Amino acid sequence: MQFGIFTVGDLTTDPTTGQTPTEHARIKAMLTIAQKVEEVGLDVFATGEHHNPPFVPSSPTTMLGYIAAKTERIILSTATTLITTSDPVKIAEDFAMLQHIADGRVDLTLGRGNTGPVYPWFGQDIRQGIPLALENYALLRRLWREDFVDWEGQFRTPLQGFQSTPRPLDGVAPFVWHGSIRSPEIAEQAAYYGDGFFSNHIFWPASHTAKMVKYYRNRFEHYGHGTAAQAMVGLGGQVFMSKNSQDAKRQFRPYFDNAPVYGNGPSMEEFTSQTPLTVGSPQEVIDRTLGFRDYVGDYQRQLWLMDHAGLPLKTVLEQLDLLGEEVVPVLRKEFAKNRPADVPDGPTHESLVFAASRAPVAAASAGRNDLDTSAAIAPHRRATGAAFGLAGAGTTGAQR
Amino acid sequence: MTERTLAVISAGLSQPSSTRLLADKLATATVTRLADEGVSTTVLTYELRDYAQDIMNNMLTGFANPRLEEMIEAVTAADGLIAVTPIFTTSYSGLFKSFFDVIDNRSLTDQPVLIGATAGTPRHSLALDYALRPMFTYLHSVVVPTSVFAASEDWGSGDGGRVDSRVQTLPARIERAAGELSALVARSDRSSRVRDPFELPADFNPAGMFPPR
Repeated sequence: MQFGIFTVGDLTTDPTTGQTPTEHARIKAMLTIAQKVEEVGLDVFATGEHHNPPFVPSSPTTMLGYIAAKTERIILSTATTLITTSDPVKIAEDFAMLQHIADGRVDLTLGRGNTGPVYPWFGQDIRQGIPLALENYALLRRLWREDFVDWEGQFRTPLQGFQSTPRPLDGVAPFVWHGSIRSPEIAEQAAYYGDGFFSNHIFWPASHTAKMVKYYRNRFEHYGHGTAAQAMVGLGGQVFMSKNSQDAKRQFRPYFDNAPVYGNGPSMEEFTSQTPLTVGSPQEVIDRTLGFRDYVGDYQRQLWLMDHAGLPLKTVLEQLDLLGEEVVPVLRKEFAKNRPADVPDGPTHESLVFAASRAPVAAASAGRNDLDTSAAIAPHRRATGAAFGLAGAGTTGAQR
Repeated sequence: MTERTLAVISAGLSQPSSTRLLADKLATATVTRLADEGVSTTVLTYELRDYAQDIMNNMLTGFANPRLEEMIEAVTAADGLIAVTPIFTTSYSGLFKSFFDVIDNRSLTDQPVLIGATAGTPRHSLALDYALRPMFTYLHSVVVPTSVFAASEDWGSGDGGRVDSRVQTLPARIERAAGELSALVARSDRSSRVRDPFELPADFNPAGMFPPR
C-alpha cells in the first residue's frame, strides 16, 4: 500500500497571523514539502492543477520535474490533471517526458475541474465535461500505446500519423487514476479500462465514497480486469495531529473555521463526524484511517491533504514528521494484516513493466488496442495474484 | 387500499405560523380528496426552520448531512409536494429558496406540486406566479394550475353565505387546488419507483462518442 500527500496549492491567508505567503514562497514551500515526503518515508507526492488564483500550481510537470531531481524514491503524481481543458497530446508528451526524467516514478490522476470559467478560457464548455473527459482520455491512451496515431474526435483537431514524443519509458504508459467525487460516468470509465479510481473522499460523507467505490469495483470485475477486490482504489484524507488530541483541536480550529471549502459552515465537530477529516492524536488518525478499509475494502493508495487553509510551512513539516514517524509505520503493518494475497499493491512503473512482460500474448489476443494494459494485467492477476509487484516484481522503495 | 405519500414543506418562521396553517389545510384537503378516491395517504410535513442550519451548511459544504439527506430523500420521493412560503420582500423567503437551491436540480422532475404563499397583504399574491411557479417549472415539476395565496384578511373570510358567488374565498381556493393535486398524486408511481443513483445514460460509452476502432 502506498501513502502520501496531495496538495491543492492554495494561497490562503493564515487566519492566526493574517499573513499570506507570496506565490514564490508558496511554490517553494510545495517543493520543500515534496522533499519532506520522501525524507519521512512516505511514497507519493501529488499536486493539483489550477488556472486561477488563489491557486499556484498551473504547471504540474515543471514542478514534478524539479522534485524528481531532488528525490530518489517517491512517486510523483497529480490530483488532478485536467483532462477536460488540457490538450491530451500535451498531457501525453509532458508525462512521458516526466517519466524519463523521473526514471518511471510517475503516475497521474485525471479530473475534470469544477471551475466554470476555466473551460471557456481554454476554449471548452463545462457542460461537455464528461464527454471531454471520455474522449480526451481515449486519445491520451492511444498516444501512449500506439507509435503512430490517426485520430478524429468531437473536440480536438484531427491527427494523421502523429507520434507523441518521447515514447513512454520502457514502452509502458504511466498508471492512470480517474478522480471523481460524484460522477458515476468517471467510475465507469476507470472500470472500463481497468485503471485506478481515486475518490477524493474528503469534504463528503464516507457513505457516499463507499457507494462510488463499490460501483467502480463491481464494474471493474464486469469488464473482466479481475475480481472486484482487485480493483485499484485510492482515497483522499485530511488530518491534523498533535500528540494530545485537545491540542490538535485547539491548534486547527482557526484554520478550520476560516477554510475556503467549509469555513463558516458546520462546526469542526460536526464536520469531523460527517466526513473523513480527523483532528486529534496520531492514534486517532491511525484508528480512523484503518476504518476506511471497512467501507472501501483493501485499497492501494492513501493520500492526505496537509498544506491548505493557510497552515504555515513549519506546521505542515511537523505534521509530516508525525505522519512518517508515528502514523504510517503502524498503518503499513495494520493494513498488511489480513490483506488477501491476490489484492494488488499500489502500482509502480516496475510493476507495470513486469505485468506487461508477463502477458504479451494476452495483450495481442485481446483484440482491443484500448485495453492493452489491463488485458496484460488481468490474466496475470488471475493466474498468480501477483500483478503490481506483490511477488517477484521489481520493487521500488515505494513498495514497502 | 392504494397508498401514496405526500410531502409538505412549510417555510414559516413563527409559532404558530399562518404559512404552516395554510400548508396543513392544503394537505388535509388533498388527503380527503384522495381518500374519496380510495387512496390512503401518508403525509410527511417538514418545517424548514427545523433544517435551517443544515440547509446553510449544505450550501457551504456541498453535501447534505445525514439528517437533511433523509428529509430530502423523503421529499423528492413523495408522490406529491405541497410547498408553502411566506412572501418576504416581494418573493419567496430566502430559506425556502435555499432548500430548493441545495437539492439536486433533477430530483423534482415530474413531481406534482401545489404551491402556496402567505403575506400580510393581498398585494403580494402574484409572487406565486412570478417567483414560485417559474422556479418549479425550471425544476421540471408539474405545478397544478391553482396556487393558493392567503393574506391576513383571508383568515377572516368564510365559505358559506357568500354575498357574491363570483368571489373565490380561501376555503374554495384550497378545495380547487387540492382537487387538482390529488388527481395527479393518485396517478403517481413516484414513491414506489426504484431509483438508481448510478444509472448512466442509455447511449453512454466509456470510450467517448468516437470510440477507438
